[in-house]
Amino acid sequence: MLQVVCIKQVPDTETRVKVAADGRSLDSAGVTWILNPYDEFAVEAALALREQQGGGEVVAISAGPAGVATTLRTVLAMGADRAIHLRVDGAAPDPLTVAQALAEAIRPLDATLVWLGKQAVDDDQAQVGPMVAELLQFPCVTALAAFQMPGEQLVAERDIEGGREVIAVTPPAVLTTDKGLNEPRYASLKGIMAAKKKPLEERPFPSGAAHLEVLSLELPAPRSAGRIVGQGVAGVAELVRVLREEAKVI
Amino acid sequence: MAILVWIEQRQGRVRGVAREALGEAQRLAASLGGPVVGVCAAAPEMQAGLELPSLGEAGADQVLLATHAGFGLYDAAGYTATMAAAVAAVKPATVLFGASAMGRDLAPRVAARLGVGLASDVTALAVEGGRLLARRPVFAGKAAQRVAFPDTPAMATLRPKVFAAGARAGAAAAVESLAVTVDEAASARARVQKVAAAAGGKMDLTESEIIVSGGRGLRGPEHFALIEQLAEALGATVGASRAVVDAGWRPHSDQVGQTGKTVSPRLYVAVGISGAIQHLAGMSSSRCIVAINKDPDAPIFKVADYGLVGDLFEVVPALTEAVRHLNAHV
Repeated sequence: MLQVVCIKQVPDTETRVKVAADGRSLDSAGVTWILNPYDEFAVEAALALREQQGGGEVVAISAGPAGVATTLRTVLAMGADRAIHLRVDGAAPDPLTVAQALAEAIRPLDATLVWLGKQAVDDDQAQVGPMVAELLQFPCVTALAAFQMPGEQLVAERDIEGGREVIAVTPPAVLTTDKGLNEPRYASLKGIMAAKKKPLEERPFPSGAAHLEVLSLELPAPRSAGRIVGQGVAGVAELVRVLREEAKVI
Repeated sequence: MAILVWIEQRQGRVRGVAREALGEAQRLAASLGGPVVGVCAAAPEMQAGLELPSLGEAGADQVLLATHAGFGLYDAAGYTATMAAAVAAVKPATVLFGASAMGRDLAPRVAARLGVGLASDVTALAVEGGRLLARRPVFAGKAAQRVAFPDTPAMATLRPKVFAAGARAGAAAAVESLAVTVDEAASARARVQKVAAAAGGKMDLTESEIIVSGGRGLRGPEHFALIEQLAEALGATVGASRAVVDAGWRPHSDQVGQTGKTVSPRLYVAVGISGAIQHLAGMSSSRCIVAINKDPDAPIFKVADYGLVGDLFEVVPALTEAVRHLNAHV
């Protein structure tokens, strides 16, 4: 069974966002780049399933600039077998353009499962997974909270407002992972050494017309700091009063 | 040109996100032109209970209804076919969905089928120089993008609780049926078996008017009872910081912040949460923020409208009691 894991390199969640000179993108000076946190669960799910099934291949794919190779090496160190880097420099392509490039790379692989994080924590679009599914004509479950694959079929669960959907899925399928699905492993020293010899193939990102145009990136107006209404239990009555009379929220 | 709006139903009831999208569509129709056309997919026996004509009040001029035996529960393939059929029939300039669990799953599939771009989780739409522009938070709210749509139709999902449903008292939408060819084999490859209710009927954080969140200051999962009691008194939903979710005290569905939920309630109460940047990103757009923390220098006080410095183990029970007292006397 061949599984694909699509990953994205994103700024660390502790990053303070600064706008670049172009007024449209993140100023990357001083930014630490990490594997998208939701993608860690996708990588872990694919590796754990390979172990459960006693074999198979896990192929990591990512679109992005030269630096993405570092994050793909991290995924190889965690245990993926090989990696494909769709190299694209300059402005980040929109989700549909990325999905089209990924689908094109995945199509010849005869994958049983395609894993992605449910969204990237930089642009928060949460589109690429279901778009890849549509382009490949695969079924898809987004924001996977739990799953079992006892045989050929898969039973997936996802959280929805006020409940949880239980979905029977027939692979080949696309699955996007939510936090809490599993405990992602760390790369071992042995894994890091082994990763250096694993194949990482760079390919050009297919060119095409953009489907979204980013006009600007703006920082929110800073919230004006409020006031301390009191200390300890003595402040409770005043807090209740301001919430009721000033803010009118209770 | 028409504006198409996905009418999300769950268990035969139209959800609030659909009314919000209709209200925004009607507002846009003033500058982009109309009509506003809703599209709903449901099981045949659900039709009467959906009360689709009443969506005229929320903003719909017309509703297209596709019925099919398999449309009672979410059917990604069937609903995608429904929306694609509606786009082919109506040829809209704009297509809107609510950014709910369903909308976030369905809209990208429809966009990919049509080969058009999509803006997710939009918090504002505007028409400038005749073209539609969307504003959407990125980095969980640390920044926002303004985007334009090169393709037709322009497609967007709208963040819940941001847009107002229309209020056209007495207006009725004309309901027409929409013929859809369902690919049964495609639908069968991902079939929703059932929907289990959340424990205690808990409301999703993104749809809550009031949220009370607890952090590491609670010292252990057993002390979340304090948060639950305050939440109950306020009619609020319980949230949590990443630290306590990572420690296993609370499920991930409770997490507010960059790897959890981004929320904009009317009132957000942060208890024992210092205010890490990834947490602030997820809740800074709340209308009113209250912070309770023993450390007067905690970063959470920099975004809070009202702060109370003190020991949460004393303050929170007193606050719960005061709110109960207020509820009993109002």
